[in-house]
Amino acid sequence: MSHALLAAFAAPEPLMRMVQQARDKSLGLIDAFTPYPIEGLSEALGQKPTQIPWWMLGGGVAMAVLFYAMEWLSATRLYPFDQGGRPLNSWPTFIVATVEISVLTAALTGFVAMLVKAGLPRLHHPLFECGAFERASQDQFLLAIAAPEDAQAAGAARQALWDAGAVWIEEVAL
Amino acid sequence: MSAAPNPEAGGWIAPDIDSCEAVNRLIAAPLLDRQGWGRQQWRGWWMLMGIAIPLTGVFFLGVYMILTKGIGLLGNNTTIVWGFPIANYVWWIGIGNAGTLISALLLLTRQTWRAAINSFAEAMTLFSVAIAGIFPIIHLGRPMFFYWLAPYPNPMTLWPQWRSALVWDFWAIASYLIFSIVFWYTGLIPDLATLRDRATKPFTRKLYGVFALGFRNSARQWAIHQSFYKTMACLAVPLVCSVHSIVGMDFAASVMPGWQESIFPPYFVVGAMFSGFAMVVILAALIRKALHFQSLITDRHFDVIGKIIVASACIMGVSYATEWFTAWYSGERAQHTYLAYVFTGTYAPFYAIMLFGNVIAPQVLWFKRARASLPTMVMVAVLVLIGMWFERILIIWNTLGHDYLPALWRAFWPTIWDYLVLVGSLGVFLLAFLLFVRLLPSVSMFEMRELALRERRP
Repeated sequence: MSHALLAAFAAPEPLMRMVQQARDKSLGLIDAFTPYPIEGLSEALGQKPTQIPWWMLGGGVAMAVLFYAMEWLSATRLYPFDQGGRPLNSWPTFIVATVEISVLTAALTGFVAMLVKAGLPRLHHPLFECGAFERASQDQFLLAIAAPEDAQAAGAARQALWDAGAVWIEEVAL
Repeated sequence: MSAAPNPEAGGWIAPDIDSCEAVNRLIAAPLLDRQGWGRQQWRGWWMLMGIAIPLTGVFFLGVYMILTKGIGLLGNNTTIVWGFPIANYVWWIGIGNAGTLISALLLLTRQTWRAAINSFAEAMTLFSVAIAGIFPIIHLGRPMFFYWLAPYPNPMTLWPQWRSALVWDFWAIASYLIFSIVFWYTGLIPDLATLRDRATKPFTRKLYGVFALGFRNSARQWAIHQSFYKTMACLAVPLVCSVHSIVGMDFAASVMPGWQESIFPPYFVVGAMFSGFAMVVILAALIRKALHFQSLITDRHFDVIGKIIVASACIMGVSYATEWFTAWYSGERAQHTYLAYVFTGTYAPFYAIMLFGNVIAPQVLWFKRARASLPTMVMVAVLVLIGMWFERILIIWNTLGHDYLPALWRAFWPTIWDYLVLVGSLGVFLLAFLLFVRLLPSVSMFEMRELALRERRP
């Protein structure tokens, strides 16, 4: 079990500054917790791109191919039906349902990808043990950094957080 | 009207909302605050429930009767086979199209004012699309076979007819409804987490907690959430346009005079946005008054929505004129008699109401004073909704009742069941919306927090 220092800031700017400092001082950044999404924070923390749009594209294209194949198979092989002399494979009319269902599949793929990548649903997490963590979803901007083992380094890390404008600091077990 | 946003800052929130906590308190109070929001505050809500519950009963009674006794209960006849159900369907799905379109378009164009309206506009979408989906089923002669629209292995070795507009409709509604649920729920997850953390009662806390899925607001989770949400918005805009275009093609893919027009798909999409914004005005006015959200849904919001409505009204006017022109220009006799029938036939007074509600009445919103007056805005919105409903019913009545074969010309007379199901569907919508307002945040909290902090900073 590792320990982390959880520091709260009242606004996003000091948090962003502290993230920069922590990178410079090579403190172990764990994650930040904010009441609303802050553009660029994830990159500043050194997290990789989410890749979710690619998953969605993949899901959508796969479904489009499958669905069109089903339409083609049913309309030309399994149940050929001459409707006023139109070609059996009337692709312009087959596209309509294909588009709808592939957009839906892209959405569902993306939703599942979001849950898997975000590790959800996970109703309990050690961070929820910390009472003040609730503020992250309301009005405070929290930063978690790995608590250094060595007492002197830990003191320095705390001091850096206070200097950056932390409102409170707590040590939590992760 | 009270709360004016700070004009110098170009603000979308009244100055009294100056922190994240102020946003949270205001939006969460109706849901969680037992002291501040006692019985008194919910009196109006219960009164509306008193209307909504019986009407919902009427709706389901009507649907039950139609399903058990058959469509002979309705005014549908052998000429006008679509009647009320399909008009109601198009009207409801039009309203339903707007919520997701508004939310997604405004997100992609970085219109920060969407934060105040996106959540309830999306809820509006869900409820109206769900209601819309019922109508095509009850207009069927044999509704028990509606699932034949879906491809599934069956002993008859039958397959759906992929060229049929009805089959397109099936996929469009189903996809759009599920897509809208996912989009709406994804936008709600962070707010559910906030409610989980603010709730004091253990049961409420658990309930919101389960639906929040354990969202921790971490930078990683936000990045994933936003990446998915924005991609969904990119997909939503073409999806919404395609869904209502397909509804337009239900008509345009036929050979009937007055239907077979290439303008139908875009004209239906604009009509959908138009009626949707009208419904948003009514709902925004209700929410703002009932939940005291004057600071969040400001006069400026109504002002911009008013501008959109007047712009849409002009496009509707151009669309109608295009319809008349192409009917005349086609040189076809059936088109000419159809056009004459529209203006002078049985339903000419309704056509006048439609033109008044959709094109003429909204013109008052060119004036700033009209846009600043909430009663005027609501009045125009109601007229637009009535006008749009008449547009839908007249598309069906006029064309089906007056097509190529004069021997088949007939008029449509609605029965009591037609009216009951229409009014009942409004009750179902009202009931669903009231429950939404009571259980979930009507305005997105996390987007409002961002807006509040950004606007209060120099």
